[in-house]
Amino acid sequence: MDARQKEQYLREYSALKAKGKPFFPYAVGKDSLMACIVLIVIIFMSLILGAELGPKADPTTTSYVPRPEWYFFFLFELLRVIKPPELVFVATLGIPNIAIALLVLLPFYDRGPERRPERRPIAMTAMALTIVAMTYLTLLGAFAGSPTEIDMEVPEQYVYGKEIAANSGCLGCHKFGENGNDGPGPNLTTIGARLPKQAIERTLDNPTAPMPSFRDLPPEQKEALVNFLAYLR
Amino acid sequence: MPKMPKPSNPLHKKVSDLPKPPMPPLPPSLRPNPKPKERSEVTVGEAAAAGGTSVVAWIDERTSGSGFLRGFLFRKVPKGVNWWYTLGSATMFAFIAQAFTGVFLAMYYDPNPTVAYESMRHINNEVFLGEFVHGMHKWGATVMTVLLFVHMARTFVFGAYKYPRELNWVVGVLLLMMTMMMGFTGYLLPFDQRSFWATIVGVNLNGTGPMIGPYLADFLRGGAEFGSTTLPRFYAIHMMLVPGLIAALIGIHLYLVAKLGTTAPPWVKAEIPGQDEKRV
Repeated sequence: MDARQKEQYLREYSALKAKGKPFFPYAVGKDSLMACIVLIVIIFMSLILGAELGPKADPTTTSYVPRPEWYFFFLFELLRVIKPPELVFVATLGIPNIAIALLVLLPFYDRGPERRPERRPIAMTAMALTIVAMTYLTLLGAFAGSPTEIDMEVPEQYVYGKEIAANSGCLGCHKFGENGNDGPGPNLTTIGARLPKQAIERTLDNPTAPMPSFRDLPPEQKEALVNFLAYLR
Repeated sequence: MPKMPKPSNPLHKKVSDLPKPPMPPLPPSLRPNPKPKERSEVTVGEAAAAGGTSVVAWIDERTSGSGFLRGFLFRKVPKGVNWWYTLGSATMFAFIAQAFTGVFLAMYYDPNPTVAYESMRHINNEVFLGEFVHGMHKWGATVMTVLLFVHMARTFVFGAYKYPRELNWVVGVLLLMMTMMMGFTGYLLPFDQRSFWATIVGVNLNGTGPMIGPYLADFLRGGAEFGSTTLPRFYAIHMMLVPGLIAALIGIHLYLVAKLGTTAPPWVKAEIPGQDEKRV
């Protein structure tokens, strides 16, 4: 916008404003009605959906599903789309930070005088794509379950380790044969062929982010888990 | 040949040369009464009214607040302003509701990790209306986030972030980030399995960042490990630091809205100043 367009905008705006109605009571009335609707919606959501607590937090647990609040699903699901470990930071910080920067700086790179949406095709396309992408990722996150069954045939001595893996939320991010989610973590179907037993144990203690550490797992459970993972080839 | 003065084009005037808009008029009920009644007897109602007026005058003499209130309340909103324009104030109302319910939850909540979960159970099971207020706070967060995104979409579609309101857009994006921060820090507080493990993953995600990532993760955890300092830290950030910033940013946001005026919908155009606007 050059100086002339700015002046024209201010002039038109002051003309429109002079024709308007006072903020109080007209806009205040609408705002108040809207506030009542918001309050009623919150009250009904609280009454219908409640606020149940899950089981108490337990760092030594073997059964949990790490799921963020729903409006963070789209960020979490980016990890499922971008898998290579060396690119994880692109999904965790790269894309979100670029998006925030683009959002903050919007009025500084989109300086055209046109305000009507039907005459701003680039802006409207960008918005539509953003909404579609965020909705898709959010739905992906909403429907991504964390199964607790691994349908693999394993010898007797590995069954306990298999159950621990199935009940420890591993399937939320890893795939075992036909079960689990393919990402953000690597497929573990043949992990024993790729990593020696000691490396598997070290990884469980000091995993690559965002995987939580299994350091506090009781020793006999961890041993069973490591033996099961090392068996997978 | 004498130089003819150029016909002045109103569009070529400088902004500073434009006539300043007058103060918005007071509604009739608030205008001072020019003719006081000439009666010796004063009724109780009149005396009370006179007392109220003098209290208001006393405060106004010391604050000059009436000019500000008059400019804020009776300023005009341009023609065409519709229901889409209520989303910003609705988001602010959701924030106020969160602050209220949050105060009541804080009366019973204990951020000590050994008893945090029990204090939440106490709120849910024993405190009068405890689960209801907890539910309002929990779902109020969702309502506030949704309203904020729709408000932002409205601003984007209407081109309301353009001149002269660029700064207000920046403040709005900061408010969005602060609100997400509230969601992130608040999610841990019930201290059940779901919130505990989700927050560990969330903090680990912060830790993957180049350079400052590990420091950020350490700051959030209050150390290298997720320990007894982490929950009080999240609680303090959730109930003091970020809400304070949000309140301050809302203040700036509103000041700029009042100062610059609510945008008109982009479809309503004033063709020539003085003439009727028309839809183009």
